[in-house]
Amino acid sequence: MSLERQEVEKIAHLARLAVPEEDRETLARELSGILDFVEQMSAVDTGGVEPMAHPLRMAQRLRPDRVTEESRRELFQSIAPETEAGLYLVPKVIE
Amino acid sequence: MQWETVIGLEIHAQLATKSKIFSGASTAFGAEPNTQACAVDLGLPGVLPVLNGEAVTMAVKFGAAIEAEIGLRSVFARKNYFYPDLPKGYQISQYESPIVGMGQVEILLEDGSSKRIGVTRAHLEEDAGKSLHEDFHGQTGIDLNRAGTPLLEIVSEPDMRSAKEAVAYARRIHQIVRYLGICDGNMQEGSFRCDANVSVRPMGQEELGTRAELKNLNSFRFLERAINHEVERQIDLIESGGKVVQETRLYDANKDETRSMRSKEEANDYRYFPDPDLLPVELDEAFIAAIIADLPEMPDTKRHRFIVSYGLSAPDAEALTAGRALADYYEAVVASSGDAKLAANWVMVELGGALNRVGMDILDSPVKAESLGNLVARIKDDSISGKIAKQVFEAMWAGEGDADTIIESRGLKQITDSGAIEAVVDEVLTANPQQVENYRTADATKQPKMLGFFVGQVMKKSQGKANPQQVNDLLLSKLSL
Amino acid sequence: MHNQSITQLIAGLRNGDYSSVELTRYFLDRIERLDPGLNSYITVDAEGALAQAGIADQMLRQGNGSPLSGVPIAHKDIFCTQGVRTSCGSRMLDNFIAPYDATVVSRFKEAGAVMLGKTNMDEFAMGSSNETSFYGPVHNPWDRARVPGGSSGGSAAAVAARLCAGATGTDTGGSIRQPAALCGITGLKPTYGRVSRYGMIAFASSLDQAGPMARSAEEVALMLQVMAGADPRDSTCAEESPPDYAASLGQDIAGLRIGLPKEFFGEGLDSGVAASLEAAMAQFRALGAEVVEISLPNNHLSVPAYYVVAPAECSSNLARFDGVRFGHRCHAPQNLEDLYKRSRAEGFGKEVKRRILIGTYALSAGYYDAYYLKAQRIRQLIAADFRRAFEQVDIIASPATPGTAFAIGEKIDDPVTMYLSDIYTIAVNLAGLPGMSIPVGLANSLPVGLQLIGNYFDEGRLLSAAHRFQQATDWHLAAPADID
Repeated sequence: MSLERQEVEKIAHLARLAVPEEDRETLARELSGILDFVEQMSAVDTGGVEPMAHPLRMAQRLRPDRVTEESRRELFQSIAPETEAGLYLVPKVIE
Repeated sequence: MQWETVIGLEIHAQLATKSKIFSGASTAFGAEPNTQACAVDLGLPGVLPVLNGEAVTMAVKFGAAIEAEIGLRSVFARKNYFYPDLPKGYQISQYESPIVGMGQVEILLEDGSSKRIGVTRAHLEEDAGKSLHEDFHGQTGIDLNRAGTPLLEIVSEPDMRSAKEAVAYARRIHQIVRYLGICDGNMQEGSFRCDANVSVRPMGQEELGTRAELKNLNSFRFLERAINHEVERQIDLIESGGKVVQETRLYDANKDETRSMRSKEEANDYRYFPDPDLLPVELDEAFIAAIIADLPEMPDTKRHRFIVSYGLSAPDAEALTAGRALADYYEAVVASSGDAKLAANWVMVELGGALNRVGMDILDSPVKAESLGNLVARIKDDSISGKIAKQVFEAMWAGEGDADTIIESRGLKQITDSGAIEAVVDEVLTANPQQVENYRTADATKQPKMLGFFVGQVMKKSQGKANPQQVNDLLLSKLSL
Repeated sequence: MHNQSITQLIAGLRNGDYSSVELTRYFLDRIERLDPGLNSYITVDAEGALAQAGIADQMLRQGNGSPLSGVPIAHKDIFCTQGVRTSCGSRMLDNFIAPYDATVVSRFKEAGAVMLGKTNMDEFAMGSSNETSFYGPVHNPWDRARVPGGSSGGSAAAVAARLCAGATGTDTGGSIRQPAALCGITGLKPTYGRVSRYGMIAFASSLDQAGPMARSAEEVALMLQVMAGADPRDSTCAEESPPDYAASLGQDIAGLRIGLPKEFFGEGLDSGVAASLEAAMAQFRALGAEVVEISLPNNHLSVPAYYVVAPAECSSNLARFDGVRFGHRCHAPQNLEDLYKRSRAEGFGKEVKRRILIGTYALSAGYYDAYYLKAQRIRQLIAADFRRAFEQVDIIASPATPGTAFAIGEKIDDPVTMYLSDIYTIAVNLAGLPGMSIPVGLANSLPVGLQLIGNYFDEGRLLSAAHRFQQATDWHLAAPADID
């Protein structure tokens, strides 16, 4: 399985990672190498095998509907890059 | 060409839990920005979601109410996309195995017939935060208080054929979630939001046309207008040789138009996969059976019962079952008055009108159901006439006491004592000998009209309190002597 | 003092041989003196440690000691520690002062342990050599030119160099067992769900598990006792209460059936390592265990399946690092997309980016079935292999790593070769089983680790086997030269 440059650009965009022009070829090659390696799986017949998303066969535990958290805005926003009036700031979002 | 409109709705109902779906932060509306966004809601590194059991119960209630299949094993999945109001970079939702499967509701059409609308599924998911577009030095502010509020996304089949049907369906779902007490239904605050998938196709064609998704429809009126506009836009577009593109369009209530949302990602690839932080939700039959057993009477059942037991017309039954509080109120009035039809009139016309004028909820009505029932009972037992009753109602609304007290203190009680009425009748006849003579000699066909004069005089003398039927009967017998 | 075991330190503190403040100062001095050559710590919190030690001393004097009162330990820098930087080995979190404690961290606090600092690690735990850390590589105390393994390389090196009495680690594909093996210490990855993941920065949520690292099984048992148990903040954490691990240490291993997977001893295994393992198995037989050959036929598929599942989960888990609420934000973003793309490109290192991209690809439309679902099916086959094996045997023994510690720089430019250094450990994570590595010898003057794999929640049996072995041998006491 070899990845084309455009595919690398597409997934880099989906993952919101800037990849400089000059690194794209190398990256495409490295990722293709990993995908080649992973490709061994396709030789195995997994017909009828249930996918295993989780190591334990347990069911979800449910939490009682109680408010247990208080406002810790000041603490949480002390580690934020940019805030104002209690809001997190980001470059203008256009709808 | 004849066009057919096809509409499917996606409704997001915020569930009325106290805490969020995956954290213990409060869901109360209107708090200071980011004061109800805890570590989990902010998606801080290392935090984990823990599912709120009440959200599960509420979803199952909804499923039971629309007679849907309940997923005995439902799975939470991650929907991955970047947006500033989505703290983790993914929304926890349900994808392949929703908690509520196929169900249905009934809507009433304008011609009085009814129609079944399929509900494809309903699934649990978390709400996102809000972007505040006021200008912060050219930046946008993000408030994550709403992030993590539980939502039930209710997806319909494309079964609706007009904006009116879509509104009737949305109202029906609104009514159901309110009956169940699982959503406050407040559309202004965004607790109940509708998105509409709209397409058109030539009448008779099987295949669906390309659809547009309409967003930002925060009232039933906007829902109707936006759909009508969109249908018109699509037909105009096709008839002028254009093609409808699949896109999301935002309804602008001020301009009364829809416009394309171009900023949303060109091609969405949400990369759904089962959330490894949450295990499958497994429900047992007993749990579901207990919820079903505990369901309140739902609108459809209640409406049918009102028609059968109270002899109401379909539209009256629909109106009186619109909300659970109203239906309960009506039934209490029936119980204390003993007259279902009179009670229906008074609840819908007099009380409904008064509440409407001041924009008040039935639960806040200054006239309680028992009091109104008592008033209706006084009409029924001829203590007062319908006309006097309106005066009494106004006084009750103004807080002057219950019906009996007002009737008593204002001396409004209808005179039904035949002796007392006879005295007034005699008085009137004695005072008007000429008219009596005229009546007696007049042609039989003219007499009924002439009788009105005497009735009017008697009512005037009794200040409207004499029972009109008794007055009539007495006059007729005395004048024929 | 630094050669004393945790058990000995607990006794020493209770007897008043030394105070926790003295002991903590002693370790802080050692760190200051020796760590510049090892780089095993990212952050040393001397002030916090001495304050905690002071409190521990007071409690001990009042007779209110907790299980680990006054014992100096270190946490891998993947665990959130309130008020102390939690970098996860990444530039992305270089400025991140965690606003809360991980459950594991609060449990050690409640148990009275003193935190000396936060140990170095591969960035976001993605690596097998500790070379992907933003804070530079960790040097193996046995040979400074070699890697300590990873991703819990800082914890392993710190324990091996006696720069703490014990340390926490996390293991997603071997990140406790592989560095424990390469540094000659004992490390345990518990059953998935035995220890809470709350506050442990997620790499691959269905594989990550925290565990203890120390010199001996006895010390690891003490630490696991503190760490294990249900947590209302982690619904994937098991509800069952953990057994008394110290008590399980005493279990006899006569008649214990140990399985050797034949696929683990073939091509690719270093001969020196093989010889040490053989000697270890002879020792187990001498202790009364019965050693039989078993088969785990799908093990060769574990690394490929892992390099789909783990990146897929990581691509989603790391989406929250977007420069908005915490962590690195690029300078003067032009627009929202620029904020995301540059903050993430600058904040993440090369290996992390590779894995995010692979994972994004594996989950994307058109590839999900061929990669993600396929890998989850293979995962099922791998788990089934183990289920069958545990019908025949009580525990499984295997090499922990194909070879001894490799040189810094040797594999860093070849991702796939690097990935294969976890060939013996990864299947255990995919299945969710407990596994540990214990030192069983030296090859080329470097430590060799034996991996022991147990059935679900059977940590007690693993610990007893390891403890019996360590009572009969002293490989776990071997220390690198020049750490005094």
